[in-house]
Amino acid sequence: MSEEKKTILKIEDLHKSFGDNEVLKGVSLSLNKGENKVIIGPSGTGKSTLLNNVNRLVPPDRGRIYLDGEEITSQNINKMRQEIGFVFQDFGLFNHLTALGNVKVGLTKVKKMDKQDAQDLAMEELRRVGLEESAEQYPAELSGGQKQRVGIARALAMQPKLILFDEPTSALDPELIGEVLNVMKNLAKEGMTMLVVTHEMGFARTVSDEIIFMENGYIVEQGPPKQLFNNPDTERTREFLFKLTELYGEGDE
Amino acid sequence: MLGGALVTIRLTFFSLLLGLALAIPIAFLQIYGPKVVRRFISVYERVVRSIPLLVILFLIFYGFPRAGINFPAFAAAVLGIGIRSSAYQSQIFKGAIQSISGSQMKAALSLGMTSLQSFKNIILPQSIRIAIPPMANESAIVLKDTSLAYALGVIELLRQGGYIISTTYRPLPIYLAVAGVYLVMTLTINITLNKFEKRLKIPGIGIEERVR
Ligand SMILES: Nc1ncnc2c1ncn2[C@@H]1O[C@H](COP(=O)(O)OP(=O)(O)OP(=O)(O)O)[C@@H](O)[C@H]1O
Ligand SMILES: [Mg+2]
Repeated sequence: MSEEKKTILKIEDLHKSFGDNEVLKGVSLSLNKGENKVIIGPSGTGKSTLLNNVNRLVPPDRGRIYLDGEEITSQNINKMRQEIGFVFQDFGLFNHLTALGNVKVGLTKVKKMDKQDAQDLAMEELRRVGLEESAEQYPAELSGGQKQRVGIARALAMQPKLILFDEPTSALDPELIGEVLNVMKNLAKEGMTMLVVTHEMGFARTVSDEIIFMENGYIVEQGPPKQLFNNPDTERTREFLFKLTELYGEGDE
Repeated sequence: MLGGALVTIRLTFFSLLLGLALAIPIAFLQIYGPKVVRRFISVYERVVRSIPLLVILFLIFYGFPRAGINFPAFAAAVLGIGIRSSAYQSQIFKGAIQSISGSQMKAALSLGMTSLQSFKNIILPQSIRIAIPPMANESAIVLKDTSLAYALGVIELLRQGGYIISTTYRPLPIYLAVAGVYLVMTLTINITLNKFEKRLKIPGIGIEERVR
């Protein structure tokens, strides 16, 4: 198997219910190294639940998930989480730490990295998202776009095998979305493996290798953006993409 | 009177410390613990807060020895006042912890921290800052409550004042002086914690809103 074809994430027959609300009804997908897949779907379809199942912030009921060939279980979860970056819609920044502190804390407290090494690496990651100037600022002093870029730098610093993004730009004012998408686009170019829930069709069209359309707990259709936009298998996919494009624009990139 | 004031300060300090030492794990368990533990803790809080402090003190100092558990008066006072304060301090910390958004806890876990690490590194440093103003209040209450140690024979400020009165027969000026010392001590606590609060201040954490 060549390096590019290595499977990083494999999800098999995932099920999750909250009480009698069955949210995921058997979802399977896989992500090769360096691939970028975008998940779209109506609200309440289980997109966030799917991502949260992967790193067990919400443990799944049934099904298996493998990271780089190793099954993710409640036993090895703390180790696995270090290798899976997570970027949240509402950033989840630690308010008592500076931007630099946010990026550094996982390195010093989880990876037990030497202080100076952690400092250097954290600074490097802030530079990567264009925020070295803001290193000493607290979250409350940053704009939404800057906050999310710190969130991305924090995930990157852990050197993850995979980063999950849950609607990373949905909480942002329109004029701030671009700076975050640009950072994500660069990551994709650099070969980061990414699973992204987003409604940014421009990003999906131009950056992703595949779009996954989910509805009512199932994957309805998945395929390369061109195919889904131009020649979808189901009428439902066509309708939904049409609606999204109307709502969020073409994303002329 | 200085000796009595020092005992009052020591009583206050150790009671608050004991209260704090109990309150943080209590608050932690009350939020993150299993249901049985959570239920047990709310019963504990309810009971401790429903019994007059003097009754708690008598129970420990006069009651416990019958079960073979003996405490010197000072330790009994610290234990009683500390336990009582723990029930209030745990409420303060519970509120402070809960005011920190759940997404920070999720973010900490997603970095691979255990829930204990997340609590220690992320939640606690923020909740301590949020808890400072109500803790100043609680400290003043504990300070005043230490006067009940009088009833166990601890020679703290109030009893010391009583001794002076029994030789000078001048209750009015002496009790006024006692009251004045309590006032000064309370103000000192408030001013100190206020300074502390300012020094620990971080933009965006609970504190600014209060000023407005
Ligand atoms: N912790 C929870 N407890 C109970 N129900 C939940 C919980 N989390 C999610 N749900 C329910 O599961 C369903 C799927 O939620 P989920 O957040 O995964 O959807 P989503 O596709 O991410 O939607 P959105 O686009 O609005 O973010 C919803 O009906 C939601 O109410
Ligand atoms: Mg969601």
